[in-house]
Amino acid sequence: MASTIKLSELAVGSKAVVQGMPAQGPASLRLREMGVLPGVAITLVRTAPFGDPLEIRVRGYNLTLRKSEAEHVMVEISKTET
Amino acid sequence: MPEPSHRPQSSKPHPSPLADRRTPVYALVGNPNCGKSTLFNALTGLKQKVGNYPGVTVEKKTGTTYSQHGRPITVIDLPGTYSLAARSPDEAVVRDVLLGRRADTAQPDLIICIVDSTNLERNLYLVHQVLDLGRPAILVLNMMDLAVAAGLNLRVARLEHELGIPVIPCEAANGKGILELRLAMSRTDLPLSRHRWDIPAPIASAVSELQASLVENDGKQPLIARAEALLLLTDQNVVRVAGSTPLSDPTAAILAGWKQRWEGQGIDWSGTLVNSRYEAIARLCAEVVLRAARTGPSASDRIDQVVVHPLWGWLVLGGIMTALFLSIFTLAEYPMNWIDGAVAALGTWVKGAMPPGDLRDLFTDGAIAGVGGIVVFLPQILILFFFLGLLESTGYMARAAFIMDRLMSRVGLNGKSFIPLLGSYACAIPGIMATRTIEDPKDRLVTILVAPLMSCSARLPVYLLMIAALLPGDRVSVGAKVGLMLLMYALGTFGAFGFAWLFKKYLLKGEPPLMIMELPPYRWPRLKDVLFHMLERAGLFLRRAGTIILGISILLWFLTTYPKSAGDVTPQAQIAHSFAGMAGRTLEPVIRPLGFDWRIGIGLISSFAAREVFVSSMGVIFGVEDSGGKDTTPLRAALRQAQWPGGAPLFTPLVCLTLMIYYVFAMQCMSTIAVVKRETNSWRWPLFQTGYMTGTAWLICLVVYQGGHALGF
Repeated sequence: MASTIKLSELAVGSKAVVQGMPAQGPASLRLREMGVLPGVAITLVRTAPFGDPLEIRVRGYNLTLRKSEAEHVMVEISKTET
Repeated sequence: MPEPSHRPQSSKPHPSPLADRRTPVYALVGNPNCGKSTLFNALTGLKQKVGNYPGVTVEKKTGTTYSQHGRPITVIDLPGTYSLAARSPDEAVVRDVLLGRRADTAQPDLIICIVDSTNLERNLYLVHQVLDLGRPAILVLNMMDLAVAAGLNLRVARLEHELGIPVIPCEAANGKGILELRLAMSRTDLPLSRHRWDIPAPIASAVSELQASLVENDGKQPLIARAEALLLLTDQNVVRVAGSTPLSDPTAAILAGWKQRWEGQGIDWSGTLVNSRYEAIARLCAEVVLRAARTGPSASDRIDQVVVHPLWGWLVLGGIMTALFLSIFTLAEYPMNWIDGAVAALGTWVKGAMPPGDLRDLFTDGAIAGVGGIVVFLPQILILFFFLGLLESTGYMARAAFIMDRLMSRVGLNGKSFIPLLGSYACAIPGIMATRTIEDPKDRLVTILVAPLMSCSARLPVYLLMIAALLPGDRVSVGAKVGLMLLMYALGTFGAFGFAWLFKKYLLKGEPPLMIMELPPYRWPRLKDVLFHMLERAGLFLRRAGTIILGISILLWFLTTYPKSAGDVTPQAQIAHSFAGMAGRTLEPVIRPLGFDWRIGIGLISSFAAREVFVSSMGVIFGVEDSGGKDTTPLRAALRQAQWPGGAPLFTPLVCLTLMIYYVFAMQCMSTIAVVKRETNSWRWPLFQTGYMTGTAWLICLVVYQGGHALGF
């Protein structure tokens, strides 16, 4: 079983698959509508100069979110590291 | 041009809007950054109207285009949105117009969905919601050239077959596909989408119950009712804006009942619907998108390696801002001088053409001089709008927000407030008008409230005059003068952030703003669109603020002209005798603790129109002929000789400093008040803003003057 961590703890450049999202909260619904859903593959592209917000690549485009929002998204690191 | 046709339309099974006699209404919807404005401009050209939806500060853009047969078609350009589950007033308007909930806007007959072909999956989410509305629709695949360049191969015929609506590949920026779109828009037999998707079981019965109630109690058509039921079950917090009709009580009760039941059972109802939509879209994309293997990072990725780099990113931001301010202060100077000259020439001409008298003076000294004083800033405003449009259309604006977000979050705002605040260093008007990109209404309001604290260019003449009077002669180093100037800019900046923090913490408490934002790929800006945007913004400012500015100019002229002195007196004596002079004397007890006398009071009153008017008012009050040039030497000398009745000098260094600080904080700009009134849709906020800014100015000046006085300055 690969380890499940918070999206906010993912290392820059690594790929992961979203496992869980909180049911409630405005950030969660907006993230889902932007395509961040359980089962989708994401890459943490980079962080802004102060380490926050994060930039992820999901469904072929780039999306930003704050660390505080990423803390509630659980991801599983993909084994096929490049 | 196609010839107008008056042939009778044959009756079709689907009555088309084009068969009606009234002008059909088509709505244009799509995600932000998908080229929607470019397509709208390509369709409607210059036949556009920009206004507001009544009761909300959301922009309403409509235009006219023509069918293949030359019949007019109204096109509504709806604000860009990612979803119909609204989170901002802009998005709520899109939802309400499409659902026919707004009394002020006819429900569109046809919906044109535009998507970015390079990012089909996410763009199709909104389309998927729109197709549920039960309206005929056309799908426009924009930026097909970029999709091909990115190695994507889209099977358009397959998509058309799956969705059952016309799908038109398009490159709006190059005008490709516009003709095909116009042909599709002219069709009288546009079908409804036959795309069907499975609503998950626990939700399905709620949808049908709500649908039935919406038909029965809210008078909706069955198809619209189904779409509305689905939306109600996606929204967690329904954003309601003025002008939209609320739900009927029975429907609202059913909705609340289901939500309570699910929450009790721990069912994630809103997430379930989003999931099943994306599942349906994924199946669709698997059929339609043939992806060639990507080779290496894209051009945007490579640019971003520099532009949002922890070190280079700041240099790029600093470089862009330097270029912006250099061009505002150097390029704008020439047209500003021309306008100055033209306004003066116009005044002289009117003076010569009309018989002397109050009516003539009303035109020349009231209307022409007052409005001219604002129009002279138009070149700066235009350049700023041009730059803002450029930053927006290239995609840099989102990057600036991304790297500034951390700093802005310290005062409770998000990165999107950065550019409007920065623009306010040149002029608060474009800054305030640029806050429309901030989705959260409270964040937007806070940004509007603090933007005029950034030292704008109209404060410069006041600062320069006061520094010259404060530090006379050439013995004082340039460094001290520059230092003082920087101090004023720093005061304004810290003031703005301090008040933003205060307002977010106590006055406009809200959720911490989200920073869920797309970083769109970099694109070459289209000069035509940027120029168009610039002229549209500037036109809006002039139209919206023009009447208020004219009104206040005339009022101020009246205050400084009446009552007339008996006999022929100097302008100096006249202004002392006028209402403004009386007001200055009445005001003296209030401003006396700041070290200001009634003559400075007149300056404060008259420069309420615009800050730089203070300089010319001082010229009139202290009897210095306006040489028309930038040389303030005689005025400085006059100021230095000005005295209190007891013989003490009026403009001591402490008073000059206090006066500068007053201009940092006080709201002395009627154009800003006019724009804030338009942008917030009420007098409440501009009045509050004027009150808090001028109140703060008074308090700080009191502390500085009395403190300085006590210390023996």
